Parts: sequence; C-alpha cells; structure tokens
Amino acid sequence: MSTYTKEESTVEVAAAVDAPSVERLSSLDTLESEAIHIIREVVAEFEKPALLFSGGKDSVVMLHLATKAFWPGKVPFPVLHVDTGHNFPEVIDFRDRTVERLGLKLVVGSVQEFIDRGELAERADGTRNPLQTVPLLDAIQRNKFDAVFGGGRRDEDKARAKERILSLRDEFGQWDPRNQRPELWNLYNGRHTVGQHVRAFPISNWTELDIWRYIERENIELPSLYYAHEREVFARDGMWRAVGEVSQPLPNEDVITKLVRYRTVGDMSCTGAVESDARTVADVVVEVAASTLTERGATRADDRISEAAMEDRKKDGYF
Amino acid sequence: MSTETLAAGLETALPTTLFRFATAGSVDDGKSTLVGRLLHDSKAILADTLDAVARTSADRGFGGEKGGIDLALLTDGLRAEREQGITIDVAYRYFATDRRSFILADCPGHVQYTKNTVTGASTADAVVVLIDARKGVLEQTRRHLSVLQLLRVAHVIVAVNKIDLVDFSEQVFRDIETDVQKVARELGLGSDGVADLLVVPVSALDGDNVVDRSERTPWYTGPALLEVLETLPAADELEAELESFRFPVQLVIRPQGALAPDAVAAGLDVEAYRDYRAYAGQITEGSVKVGDEVSVISPGHEPRTTTVIGIDFAGQSLDEAAAPQSVAIRLADEIDIARGDTIAAAGTVRESTADLYASLAWLSPKPLREGQKVLVKHGTRTVQALVRNVTGKLDLATFNVEPASTLELNDIGHAQLRLAAALPLENYLHHRRTGAFLVIDPIDGNTLAAGLVKDHPGDHEDERYVI
Repeated sequence: MSTYTKEESTVEVAAAVDAPSVERLSSLDTLESEAIHIIREVVAEFEKPALLFSGGKDSVVMLHLATKAFWPGKVPFPVLHVDTGHNFPEVIDFRDRTVERLGLKLVVGSVQEFIDRGELAERADGTRNPLQTVPLLDAIQRNKFDAVFGGGRRDEDKARAKERILSLRDEFGQWDPRNQRPELWNLYNGRHTVGQHVRAFPISNWTELDIWRYIERENIELPSLYYAHEREVFARDGMWRAVGEVSQPLPNEDVITKLVRYRTVGDMSCTGAVESDARTVADVVVEVAASTLTERGATRADDRISEAAMEDRKKDGYF
Repeated sequence: MSTETLAAGLETALPTTLFRFATAGSVDDGKSTLVGRLLHDSKAILADTLDAVARTSADRGFGGEKGGIDLALLTDGLRAEREQGITIDVAYRYFATDRRSFILADCPGHVQYTKNTVTGASTADAVVVLIDARKGVLEQTRRHLSVLQLLRVAHVIVAVNKIDLVDFSEQVFRDIETDVQKVARELGLGSDGVADLLVVPVSALDGDNVVDRSERTPWYTGPALLEVLETLPAADELEAELESFRFPVQLVIRPQGALAPDAVAAGLDVEAYRDYRAYAGQITEGSVKVGDEVSVISPGHEPRTTTVIGIDFAGQSLDEAAAPQSVAIRLADEIDIARGDTIAAAGTVRESTADLYASLAWLSPKPLREGQKVLVKHGTRTVQALVRNVTGKLDLATFNVEPASTLELNDIGHAQLRLAAALPLENYLHHRRTGAFLVIDPIDGNTLAAGLVKDHPGDHEDERYVI
C-alpha cells in the first residue's frame, strides 16, 4: 500500500489518481511518435537537411521513420554515406538498393579519396572509423547541409548519454559537452549561425532492444550480415574478425569457419562478429534481450581504446 | 534461463509502456549511487560495463579493505566528470522491467541546478528528489520542490537516502517526512490536484527499498521506489484524458507529383493521391476522431471551423488518435493552413493574444533586461517579442516574490512580454504543452529561458502577478 500526501491528509494511490480509461501507447509507439515529431521539426525548420546512412540498423530504422513521417510523399532530403573503403560488400549492395527503392539522392564522402590525396593518413592499426570525421565535415560543408540526421542512441555510450536531440556543432564540427543548450519539453531549438550546423538524433531515446523489436514489428529489411551465417573468421582482441581484403589474419592467427552475426556494421577492419545462431529477427530479439555485453564493447575495437574514446571523437566532429 | 522460456517471457511482457522520470539532489546525497543501484538491481548494466566500473573502483581503492563497486561511476559520462568526481550535465539512462520501459534524466545537483532540474523535469512523468537522512530538508531541497511545483510535475517522490547511516530510525524518517509535507504545503505542491507527493526511506548504497522492500525498515509499509515508478500513471495518460484536443501543425504534406516510389510500388493509387493534402503534427493533448468539428487558429484570422475527414498515419487510416501520437490530419474545407497554426477542438481555445504574462526560469549566463528583444517559440511557431517588464523574482528559499528588474542564471521570475503576433496561449497550470514556450536569443540562437504561461490577460485585472 502506498500513500500520497495531499494537504494534511494522506490518501491511497488509487484514490489520488483515477485509473485512466484511455489505452496508452506502447513504449515502441511512443518512441516512434517522438522520432517522427523530431524528423518533421527538422525538415520544417532547416534549409537543407541530410540523413547519415551507412546501411547499419540504426540508420535503416531512421530512414524507415522518415518514410512514415512524410507518407505518401517522398522522403524530402538526401542521404549521406561516409565510405571508409573498408566496407562489407553486402552492406554497399543494400545501401544502393535502398536508395533506388525510395528514389533518394545519395551523397558519398570517401575516406579513400582523402587518403589518396594525402589529406588523411592511414593509421598504424589500419582502422578507418576514426578517419570518417574529415570526409563527413567536408561533405557537410560542400553540400551546405545545415542539419544532419544521425542514428545515434544515448544507450550506446556514456558520452552519448549526455548528447542533446538537436546538437549544435561549430564551424569545425566540434561538440562542446559542457556548453549544450537545455532541451525543454518537446520544443526543439535548432537556431544556428552561418557555418554552424546541427546534428539531429531522433532515436536518442531508443535502446538496442527497442531497435530490434521495431525492426521485427515493422518487418524492416537489413543487410544479411546482421543474421547468423557461416563465415571465415579469426580471433583478435577477443572478437571474431572476418577474413577479407582489408582484414587479414597474422601468421599466428588461425582461420576457422564459424556461425556468426554482426551486432554493428562499420569498418570491416575493426568490426567484430559474435558467435550466434540467430538466423531471424525474432531470434535476434531474444538474443539481444539476453545479452550481457553492450554492442559497442562486444564488437567495436575503436571504442575499446580508452574510457573516453567516444567522447574524444565526438568532440572532434564524429557522428 | 533457456532461450525458450525467455522468448515466452518476452511475448507476455509486450507491449510495455514508457515512463520518464528525473532525479534531483544536492551535493553528496548519493544520487549517482541511487541511479547506479536502480540500473544495477534492475539488471540494466551489462557485464562489460560493470567490469570497467569494478576495475576503476579497485584502482581508486573504493570501499577500503572491504572493496566493492562505486555505483556512482556508472553514471558519470564525461572525462571531466570522472576526473573530478562530479556530474556536469543531464544524462539519460535506460532500463526496463516487465511492466515498463524507463527513461531516466539524471540531473546534477550542484552546478546550474535550476537549469538541469528544469530541463529534466520538463519531460518527466515523475521526479525523485533525494534527501540525506542525516541532513534532512536543506535549502536546496526547498529549491528543488519549488521548481517542480512551478513545472507541475505530475508526481514528486522524495527519497530519504542513507537511512542505514541513521540506524534505520523511524523517528528520523518521520521528522523528515513532516518537514517535507510542511514545505509542500507552503508551496501548494500536491494540493491543487495536479501533483502528488510520496516519501520513501532508502539506502542507495545497500539497496533498501530501492527495487525491493527492505526488512530493515519494518515501520515503513509503503512500496519500494521502483514499485512506485512502475505503477504511477504517466503524464500523457493524464493529458490524453483532457477534453481539449490540441494539434500544432508542423508542416503540410502535399506531395503533388512526388509520391514515395515505395508506396507507389506497393500499389498506392496515384490518381487518388494526386491532390492529397494533410497537416502533419503531434497531438499535444486530448484526442480527435474522424467527423469531429475543429477550429483552426492562425494569426490574423478569426478561428475557422471545419470537420476532420481523415486521420492518416503512414498508409493507415485511423478513426481516432490521442496524445502523444504523430499523425496527419485531413480537413473538409480548403483553408489556408501553414506551420505554426493550431488545430483544436472547436470552440475550446480562447482568443489569441499578443500580451504574454509568464513565469520564466532563466537558464542563460546573459541576464534578462527590460526592453530586450527576444524570440518566443511556442508550439511550432517562433515570433519576435519585446520584454516589457520584469515583475518579480521568486526567492526559492522563502517562496516570496521579491521586486526585481532583471533575471540572472538560475533565477525564476515573472515578466510581461509583448509578442509580434497573437498566439493561442494557454495557462501552463492546465496545459503542460500549449502553456510552455522557449525564450531564444535572436543574436546567437541560444535558449535563454523556459517560459510558462501564467494566465490569460482576460483573467485578472489586478492580480496578474500573483503566483
């Protein structure tokens, strides 16, 4: 029994607030509604938005939400892919099919081109995820995008937990976590000056499990490597790495064939697979619900570099 | 647990609903530990995160010889926070039980506490205020409760923490409870049917009454904190009950030729949708049905009445929709409607006004000056405004309104503004969405204040500035 204080008397909870007769939206419907509201606000208030689209599950969900927000019209902005050159072929294929199906314009920022021109240097560890920032900012500036939608979620990382839904970036694309605008009610302030742009994160409040339940409910297609498949892998840093053009085993690393799937897709050289027999979306929902590891900790070598790896990259203008 | 039983469990658990709450506390009252405890005991912390926290705790010698995990480390996200052992900014956390998914806005207490508490509370269904059982009600507690009263947070839960450090004394708890109720009465918190108040004894460090009821507080017969959070009605449940349908128009969906290729491929009738026109937005309160009479409120027009002929959501036609759904509404008459206009239940919105009487929570280091030009964002409309005068400042410790001519960071005060266009303003007391607005700096675009519409100019002649 719980009691609430009202004036000087105490009353029981049930008496204090009548049980509502309206059926509440489910958690997923509430999150969907919030995300669509944010997407529409950004489209209404900005001159030239774009959506970051990697073919990863979060960006696929973002694009799905955008199609729902503007139905029966077309999604009214282009998609932007920062291509590390270390791609899983099935993800690029998926990206191109999706863009075609929705009639979207695709803008590509290429890490490889920056390396070829000598404007970026390959890292000693070969990882290219941290190199995405420069081509990203270049694409934003060249195309004069004033708002960029991202699929970032606050449950991904401690630094992301402090990110606003509309996050202001300066001329250098930098995030200043100590000087963020307060975000009140559902009133989003996207005002910015020339040179600044805004990153918009409509699915900030979704968890990995929400994403998967939504993919299941909405029957959303994903690149096949999110589901269990046989693949040649080798062990490194406690993860299974795929054998591929940019990801070769060292002489002491044995290659074996395993049933694996990916929880995140990114730079092939630093994204690891997890052992899994989850072949369908329903299997994945069950697996994610029972998982004891975070998706970044389990599968992203670049996030293991230091406790503040994500914070440092975000300050420099990363997604 | 086998995969099969887990799958069965998931199926019966769905669909869960969402509940947003915030935490507010003073320095060292154990707020981070409480949040860590909720996340830890509800199993929201995954093994790799816990390992990292355990390693850091050991490195710093947490708990001395006994050891242990410093749960506060779970919530400190930024490098400076971990280094200085403080929390700087509002952080959002996620966890779920069988009944609900929770979004927790963890609001730091000591730096810019008003800014952080206002931010966290503006979207919260409930706020948990911490009190150290050894210290009782502090000036900061009064300030927190005052802000929550101003923002009309539906449920305020006071957690009397560190009850273990006062030997689980019922007397200590009852004394604090009495003090809290006294402050609440002074504020009117819980007395106006808007908010209610609950006091719970907890030990965040040991977990007493956090997730499970404690045997060490036999004199407390109420629910544990998590049970409270699982059962309280959310604000949108309370708001959907309101009879006044409100729908700020975000944009007009009018594809003309540019229909979505995937929808066309799926069999959309291109001819039928050639002249499609609908108004997209999120219902902020109440509900709407096809066939309802509605008023369209636009600046410079008398309210125009028409009928809802369709409620669309991504290819589905709905008969009815309620807050907080995002939908697109079609109307019977061709009326010129644009972003910033409001569609509302016919005859329920009062005359629009350009005179704005408001409470302002000032969130910027730049002080408010009389005569200053600002922007006001209300619903989906942003208009220019002139600050005519500041009419008082709230002393958060005494709850008195003091004379003032300026407002500074973390001040809460009252002001009168003149808007460049008349808006359908509503009293925040009864309309948490249409009674709220932002004050924005036209120079750098930063948010200066959270604004709450106090009343309608027609309501009072002499008592405009009474809280």
